[in-house]
This record gives sequence, C-alpha cells and structure tokens, in this order.
Amino acid sequence: MLSVSNLTVRFGDYTVVDGVSFSVSPGEWLMIVGPNGAGKSSVISAISQAVPYTGTVAFGGRDIRTMKAKDVAKCFGVLTQRYAVGYSFTVEEVVRLGRYAYSGGFFRRGEEDAERHVDDALRLTGLEALRHQSVLTLSGGELQRTFLAQVLAQDPPLLILDEPTNHLDLVYQKQIFELISRWVREGERAVVSVVHDLSLARKYGTTALLMHKGRLVAHGPVDDIISSEHINPVYSMDVRAWMVDLLSQWREGDEA
Amino acid sequence: MKKRAERFKLYEYGIFAAVTAVTVIVCVCLGSVSVPVSETVSAIAGAVRGLFTGVAPPETTNASVIVAVRLPRVLAVALTGASLSLCGAAVQGLLRNPLADASNLGVSSGAAVGAVLSIAFGFSIPGLFQAGTMMSAMVFAFLSLVLILGLSYRLDYSLSTNTIILIGLIYTMFASSVTSLVVTFAGSKVQSIVFWMMGSLSGAKYRDVVVLAVSLAVFGAVIFRYARELNAFAIGEDNARNVGVNVERVKYAVLIAVSALVGVCVSIGGSIGFVGLVMPHAARMIVGPNHRRLLPAVTFSGAVFLMLADLVARTVLSPRELPIGVVTSFVGAFGFVLIFYQTRKGR
Repeated sequence: MLSVSNLTVRFGDYTVVDGVSFSVSPGEWLMIVGPNGAGKSSVISAISQAVPYTGTVAFGGRDIRTMKAKDVAKCFGVLTQRYAVGYSFTVEEVVRLGRYAYSGGFFRRGEEDAERHVDDALRLTGLEALRHQSVLTLSGGELQRTFLAQVLAQDPPLLILDEPTNHLDLVYQKQIFELISRWVREGERAVVSVVHDLSLARKYGTTALLMHKGRLVAHGPVDDIISSEHINPVYSMDVRAWMVDLLSQWREGDEA
Repeated sequence: MKKRAERFKLYEYGIFAAVTAVTVIVCVCLGSVSVPVSETVSAIAGAVRGLFTGVAPPETTNASVIVAVRLPRVLAVALTGASLSLCGAAVQGLLRNPLADASNLGVSSGAAVGAVLSIAFGFSIPGLFQAGTMMSAMVFAFLSLVLILGLSYRLDYSLSTNTIILIGLIYTMFASSVTSLVVTFAGSKVQSIVFWMMGSLSGAKYRDVVVLAVSLAVFGAVIFRYARELNAFAIGEDNARNVGVNVERVKYAVLIAVSALVGVCVSIGGSIGFVGLVMPHAARMIVGPNHRRLLPAVTFSGAVFLMLADLVARTVLSPRELPIGVVTSFVGAFGFVLIFYQTRKGR
C-alpha cells in the first residue's frame, strides 16, 4: 500500500529525518513512536508533501510526487493536531471539503455521491446534531472530530494521523481511537499514526516504528518494538517501571 | 444555526443584481443637479437603443449630463468597487487572514508606484489616453507580486501565507518610500499625483468602463473558478493540501488575477482604501464564509458600497467634491470597528 524508502528531511543544515524506510500493508496500524525531536511529525509532513524531502514515498507502486494532488488525496487522508479555523464555516461545510478530490472540475460532477459520504462521516463521528453549527463554537474535541469526519468523508484507504488526540481528554481520546479502530477493520484499510502515549500505541497498533534523533531504531510487531529492550535505551529511562508506578499511584488514590 | 445553501441561488443573484441596478439609477439621478428617475431611465434607455440602432437619442442638457458624465462615472465606480471587494475576499480566504487585503500584499503599493512614475514622467502610449498609466500600474503590480513571491520562496519553500504577508508588509513600506521619493522630484506634477493618490473616478469615461468590465470578467472569472479551493485555504493551507488542492497552482493563479485586477483599478481610480478590507466582512455576515456564496455577494455589495461612497463624495459638500478614498476610509474605518466588535461578540 504505502512504501517509504530512504526518506530524508533537512531544514537548512539540520537533518531531522535521516534515511527512514518502511512500508504499510492493508489491515495494518503502524504506530510511529519516539521521544520529542525524534522526527516523527516530519515523516508525516514529508508523506503529506508539506515539507521538501529526498527519497521516495510511493502508494500502490507509484511515486506520489508524480501524482496529481487530487489523486494523492484519494490515496490517503491526513489528520493533524493543528487546526485553528478563522471563519464561521459550519461543521457540514468543513466535512464536505473532504469530497473535494472527487469533484469533477468546472462542471463539478460527482456531487451526488458526496452527500452520502458526508452523512456517513457525520454519523460515524457523532456530529449529526452539530452539522449546521459554526466550527468557531465547537470544543477542541468536537473540532478534532469534525476534521476526522472530513478525512472519513474523503474515504481514502490509508489514514495518516499526527497525534490525533493531543490535547483531548480521555473520553474523546477513547472515542477517536475506537472509531479509527473500527474503521481500519472494515475493508482494505490501514493507518499510520504518530503517538506519544506508548500504552495507546500498544493497545491499538499492529506494528510500530521507533525513531530517535531522526533515525529509525526498530520496526516490527508492536509488542516486540514497544518493549523494554527497545524503548528504555531511546527514552533513557525504565519506561515500564514508570508506567507501573503511575498506575499503582492511581489505584491507591482510587481505593482511598 | 440554519442550514446554508452550498451555492448562490438564482433568486439571490436576482436580489443582489436588483439592489445594484437600483443603486446605479439612484447614483445617476442624484448629484449637483438632481434629475427625475423617469428622465434618467429614459436617457439611459435612449442611449442603449442608439447603440444598437445607430439613431442618436434627442439631446437635452440632462440627458447629456446623465449619458456623457454621470453614467460612465457610476459604472466605473461600481466595477472598481466590485473588483476591489472581490480581490479582498479572495486574498482573505487564500491567506486565511481576515485582515488581509490586496494592499497588505504590496500589490496596490506596487501598482501605485507604477502609476505615480507614469504621471510624474509622462509615460504615454500614442493614441491611447491614460494607457501609459494603466500599463505601468499593471506591470508594476505584476513585478511587485513576482518580487514578493520570489523573496517569500527564498525564505520559505512552502510559500506559507504568513511569510507572504510579512514580505508584503515590508514591500508596502518600501513602495511607499519610493512613491514619496518620486513625489519629491515630481515638480509641477505634484498636485495631480496627490489627487490621484487620494483616489478619484470623477473623470471616468466609457473606455475606462470597458477596461474595468473586461478585466473583471476575465480575472474575476479566474477567482470565481477557484471558489471551492478558497474554502479549503480559508480553513488552512495544510488542510487544503490534504483534501487534494494543488495549493501552489491555486495560490499563483489567484494572486496573479488579484494583482491584475488591482493594477487596472489603481491605474484608473487611484488608491481606494478599505473597500477590499471591509466589504468581505460585511458580505460574510450576510451569506456566510463559503466562497461559492461569498464571492458573488461581495462582488455586488462592493459595487453598491463604492457607488454610495462616491455619491457622498460628490454631494455632501457640493459643489465641492471629496476624493472617494477619503469617504471609503472614513466610513470603512468605523464600519470595520463595528463589524469587528460584532463578530467577536457573535463568537
């Protein structure tokens, strides 16, 4: 499905991603993990063509730099953590933009299908009641769900997520991950996501890619990669012991 | 909030067009000498009929004033208002910045440098009245845009909107200093340059109307073509790219269309401020931010606003006439503050 080979991203003289290669197959949820400054978000930016890079990003065997922007949008949808809408578009207007890649040029063909996809996306994300509401009035979680609905309306076989639940409370976090988990199980679909929370990565991911200082450290099944053997040297701490300690603190509080 | 239609409907075009037409008639009727509506309509109808039949309508003083003086002026004002407002809406959507305007980009200032140079040094094209100023303004608007985009690209590969606005602001200051320098050495041309800089369409002729109409039809069509893409940009450039918009191509096409339209308007009417900044906000309050509805609405409302501003400019201190730029800036500044407060309160 997605094949990334020898991906390198430089900002001036500084190399933020250094020769990273991996591929993603249908049914896979690849979690890209690593400490701050590892280059995780830059990998996502390069795949979504938002920053210049060297190397190859291919979808279905085709280099995406040779594809039209609309065709790329049909291959994968991108959900980032940075949304700040300045105008009072309604939720429905934002979600409908997800169908842009399927609109047919000047005469705007293919719009009949758009309504069904928009309705489905709003229903899946629980936004039907808010469809005519201004996005300026939404909470952070509702806004993030709006953009998730836009990506779902785009109906791509691959979702690329850059910390999709950052800044969201646990309720929204769970809702969004469960929703994406159901989505990836339907049909020939896959997800690539950057996450900081290693527990979330282990719970929902099928494979993981561990990065450190722009380089790929390990890549494989999620349980193998997110293990003390790989994680502790990269984070320079005993991650499991810290997680267990946190959980035990919470249990003691709960019992009290 | 009620469901908003995705597009501007036919009846809405009808309403906006009717309001614009009524404003044209009112503005042609009123002036230092007021002419009854029936006589105005009859004079305009006679002139239009004469165009097709070749038979000259009966000449009266009022008919001459209306057909030869007021109508071309009002039409030129309407087309300038429509063009500048359309450019403002396009730039505000493209740069996702409600405070953006063609003047922020440096395009207006660039066009002004071209026009001022032309007036100061008497550039002209033989046989074509004012064509030198117009060409010079358009060329400088284009060159300014190329310079701004070139510098932005050198700083920021992705041509992010923030970089363009920053370079545009710096360029605006630079262009203003060049204009002041030219004025310093303009000698006897200073008065005409200063009057032009305040903006005036008092001497507009039918040839100006034709140029403005053609440029609005051609370059306005480019902007209308990208209405849906402007929606995506108004939500965010990254979002536009993610949904499949060819962001670089759309950005170049819209900015070139804006610079051409602004160049034509500036060369004919001078620098008329606030129209491109305020009217998109006013139109957004009526039809919402969706550019498929906003662009037609702002085109009509920009025309109406500038016609009314011009009416005030030529009647409020009659027989003395104010530069139209003074009225638009005065009304626009208050209007903008009002809109800004209402928008903030409405959040």
